[in-house]
Order: sequence, then structure tokens, then C-alpha cells
Amino acid sequence: MTISEKIIAAHSDRESVSAGEFVESRVDLVLANDITAPLAIEEFEKAGAKKVFDPKKIVLVPDHFTPCKDIKSAELVKTLRRFAKAHKVRFYEIGRVGIEHALLPEEGLTLPGDFIIGADSHTCTYGAVGAFSTGMGSTDIAAAMVTGRVWIKVPVSIKFNYTGKRNKYVGGKDLILYTIGRIGVDGASYKSMEFTGETISNLPMDDRFTMCNMAIEAGAKNGIIAPDELTQMYLEEVAGRSQEIKLKSDAYAKYEKTIEIDAGKIQPQVSAPHLPSNAKNVEEFSEVKIDQSVIGSCTNGRITDMRRAAGIMNGQTVHPEVRCIIIPATQKIYGQALKEGLIEIFLNAGCVISPPTCGPCLGGHMGVLGKGEVAIATTNRNFIGRMGHSESYVYLSNPEVAAASAVKGKICHPDMI
Amino acid sequence: MEHEEKFYSGGNIMEASGRVWKFGDHINTDDIIAARYLNTTDGKELAAHCMETIMPDFPGKVHQGDIIVAGENFGCGSSREHAPISIKGCGISAVIAKSFARIFLRNCINIGLPAIELPEAEEINEGDEISIDFENGVIKNITGKKEYKFAKYPEFLQGIIKTGGLMKWVQEKHIKSE
Repeated sequence: MTISEKIIAAHSDRESVSAGEFVESRVDLVLANDITAPLAIEEFEKAGAKKVFDPKKIVLVPDHFTPCKDIKSAELVKTLRRFAKAHKVRFYEIGRVGIEHALLPEEGLTLPGDFIIGADSHTCTYGAVGAFSTGMGSTDIAAAMVTGRVWIKVPVSIKFNYTGKRNKYVGGKDLILYTIGRIGVDGASYKSMEFTGETISNLPMDDRFTMCNMAIEAGAKNGIIAPDELTQMYLEEVAGRSQEIKLKSDAYAKYEKTIEIDAGKIQPQVSAPHLPSNAKNVEEFSEVKIDQSVIGSCTNGRITDMRRAAGIMNGQTVHPEVRCIIIPATQKIYGQALKEGLIEIFLNAGCVISPPTCGPCLGGHMGVLGKGEVAIATTNRNFIGRMGHSESYVYLSNPEVAAASAVKGKICHPDMI
Repeated sequence: MEHEEKFYSGGNIMEASGRVWKFGDHINTDDIIAARYLNTTDGKELAAHCMETIMPDFPGKVHQGDIIVAGENFGCGSSREHAPISIKGCGISAVIAKSFARIFLRNCINIGLPAIELPEAEEINEGDEISIDFENGVIKNITGKKEYKFAKYPEFLQGIIKTGGLMKWVQEKHIKSE
């Protein structure tokens, strides 16, 4: 079995499962946010459900329109607060909350071998610690809050084997943008993307989160990386766990195919509007002027991302015609960035620092684009109107490219700074 | 043509007919309903902005019973259930596509918006009158005078659909027995 099949089998009281089967699996964690939880709560209550299956396994994270952007979004968060209080489930208040997919691993809530579902498409992020983790809609979440179970069709797996040493300024974001560029936005639809190879073994945890986070942008059910020593060290640090984790795909596991990728040939990538699969080397876009640079999100708002952006921004000034928005994804990341002097670097360069929020990534608030405006962003989607007006344009990149572009006023390679 | 609809006892649709709205490949959930409208869960309010990013006159012109026909990977992107809710809220009776993104398809099954995978979807044109027989898996293009068979859902999913969606299914299996 593959690692994904093993986790699904273990949660379905089965010796083994194989791709294509429908099973009902037990879930270890059920997540919803301020946009998706209200619908789930409506469905839960409309069905006449009286109690949740296990309060400790449900977590509500108001991160999209918070701190609340308007009256309606304030009402949505009130629904979460009310439900959390009534059913004693986890709820993160503003001041403690962070972007869900950065926050939950930090809180030690996502562990290797877990089966996690969330009413947010980027729930696939937790594959980075070796969890089977996938996004769903609100009604699925409502049902799981009642039953603690979810139906799932066991996905076929594609193995992505990365070899070679990463080039300077190439991180997890570039590996995944390049990969999506190769297979397309439906290149892994309904499937599991398993990332392996020496490049992945040497890849820091924050980059692994970035890669698994964007598995959904290829249509995948989940992205996953087998836990190893780096995972172990990470878990000891954040979750205080010290036991050895033995969880990996069998040598004879079945894959639909294996895609070999020479990471040594990958340069910093930029995905042009309006699909994440429009990935090319950053130099291809060197004449594109930008109005805004956004560095943050569930994809690239972790401390490693902050350090890399600050490394470029140190002693520089943001171009006078550019707004640069820095969004540390959680309070802890914000605090760490402050301690390391990164926030000071950003402030001195003329960036604005946002509280943890999904905000601009989905055109919600805190940096919405007007007609004709262009942004470079470390986020995950560049669909039409994603960040604001239907005639605005989003280019996706890693934090160094977004920082360098903010300084130059146009898209550029970090070496240009 | 007057649209006709027949329903399963659970409330989900059994037969439908209506006029076609045609869309391309990779229609994503931001196209279907932009995030700035997600500060409500109200189906009517969401319907008023359905598809407006890519087809501004759609919400004003769509009629009860109309059918969406699209290309590959319909509904890709976010998990927002507001997307199928806004489509259903417009009165759309079914969505036919060459393929669907997985979270969108789950959401359709769960809320009772019929979603049909049809490899020949591109043969159907904007404005065609078509009818769908869900029980027998047949689509008739009345304008184009062509008939198509479509694969029915696996039995397990049909059970959810015929019961009237996931929460009714959960109600039957779990809540009532509490």
C-alpha cells in the first residue's frame, strides 16, 4: 500500500484498501473557518443534531475575513463563537488566531498518520507531516461533526520523485509551481500526490507545507510526504512528541505513474494570470510592472518565508509606486519575526505589516486590487478576480521573488537586488 | 419551452429539461461566486452574483430550470459550498460537464444539485433545449436532435442522492437512532 492507502485503511478498520474503493473512515480532526463553518453549523442544526461526536476533534478558525471586515462577517464569526461555546469545541479568538493551515500544525493538532478533513480546499497542507488530509465542503463537515466519519473514494497515487540540489532562491513554492506547470491544474484530479526523493529529504518543513498546500491546485485529493527525521525534529519542537514514526509507502505499493523531476534544473518560478499552471522562469516576466506585492498566506506565511523575504528586503526600499503587504501567518510567527528583527527590516523598507489573515489572497480585505492593477503574491491562486476586480492580475511566486519585485517595481529575479 | 421537473421522494430531481448556458474549461469557484460575497450563506443573495465575474449578465438572464453545460474540471479551486448553492439558487436544474473538480462534485451530491459527467459535453451548444432522465442516464438534445447516455453514480452515492442529500442520509443513519 501507499502511505495514503495505509492511513485510510487504518481509519476504516480494514487490513488494506485499494484505489477506487469507497470506504467510510474515522476522522481525527475536523476543521472549518469563518466562511465555511456557518454553513456547516446551519446544516448541523437543521438536521436536528444535538451533539458533536468529539469536541476535542473539532476546530473552528476564523481567519478569512478577520479581524472582521464588515457587519456580515462579524455575524459569521458570532455563529462560530456561539457554536464553539455550546459544544465546547476549539475556537481561536482574534489575538490568538492565525491562518488555519499554519496554525494547526503549530498547535500540534496535525500529526503523522492522522486522517484530517477541513472545509477549506488547502486542508491538504498537513500532508507535509505525513497526515492524510483533504478539503471538503461545509455539508461534509456538518456530517462529520455528527458522525466522526466521512465517505471517501480511495485515491490512486502519483509519485513525484525529485532529485538534485535546489538552486539559490528555489524553495518548495518553486518546486510545486513547476510541477503544476508540468501536469496542469487537473493533472492530479481526485488523486494523491506523493512527494519523494533526495530533494524532498533535504527540504525544510516550511517548504514541505508549501508543496502539500498547493496539491489542490493540480486537482489532487491530497499531497503527502512520508515523515522522516526532519518531521520528527519539527514535531518534538512544536508538539512535544518524541516517539519514532514509521510510516511510509511499501516498496511494492501501486502508483498510477512516477514523474521524475530534476530539481537542479528548476529556477525561481512565476505563474502568470489566470491559472497556477502558467508557471515559467521568473526572467520571462521581467517587464511586468506591479502595483502590489503580498507576502504571506497559508502557502508562504511561515517563519522561513519571512526570513527569506527579509533577506532580500534588508537595507532596501519598496518602490514608490508599490504597496508591499507582509502577513505573518500566526501570532507565533509574528512574534518570532519581531524577535529576529525581520519586522524592523520590513518596516524600514516601507512595507505594511498585517495581522494574521487570509485577507487579500481571496480578495476579501487588507489589500484588494482595483481595475487594471497587477500584484505579485506568494499566495496559491491567480484566477480571474481572485484578489479583487475582475480586470486585475495576480502573478504567483516565492517570497524572495515577491520581495525583490516590490523593491524593483516590476517582476524580477532576487539576484537583481 | 416550459421546464419540467420530477423528483425522488427525498426531494432530489429525477427528470429535468431546460435551456443551456455554455461555459468553458476550468471554471473555478471564484468565477462561480467571488469571495467578496461569501459574507453570507443566503442562497438568494449568492444567486444574485453567480458567474458575474466571467458573465456579468448571467444572474439577470438565467431562468428556473436552465442547465449549465461546461468543459473540463468544472468547479476547481476553493471548497466553498456557496458555489453550488449560488447555482442552485439561480434555479439551475443540473450541471453537465466533461469533468468536475472533486470538492465541487462532493458538494453537489451533498446539497442535491445534479452534476453529470458527459464526455460529449462540447457537442451541446448555448441555448439548446435539452432534457435529462436521471433514472435511465439519458440526455436528449432536443434542438440538436441527439441523444447521449451518461454513467450513473456508484450505488453508494445514489443512495445519498435518493435520500435527499448527505444530511438527510446522516439523519436516517445516525441522528434518528440516537
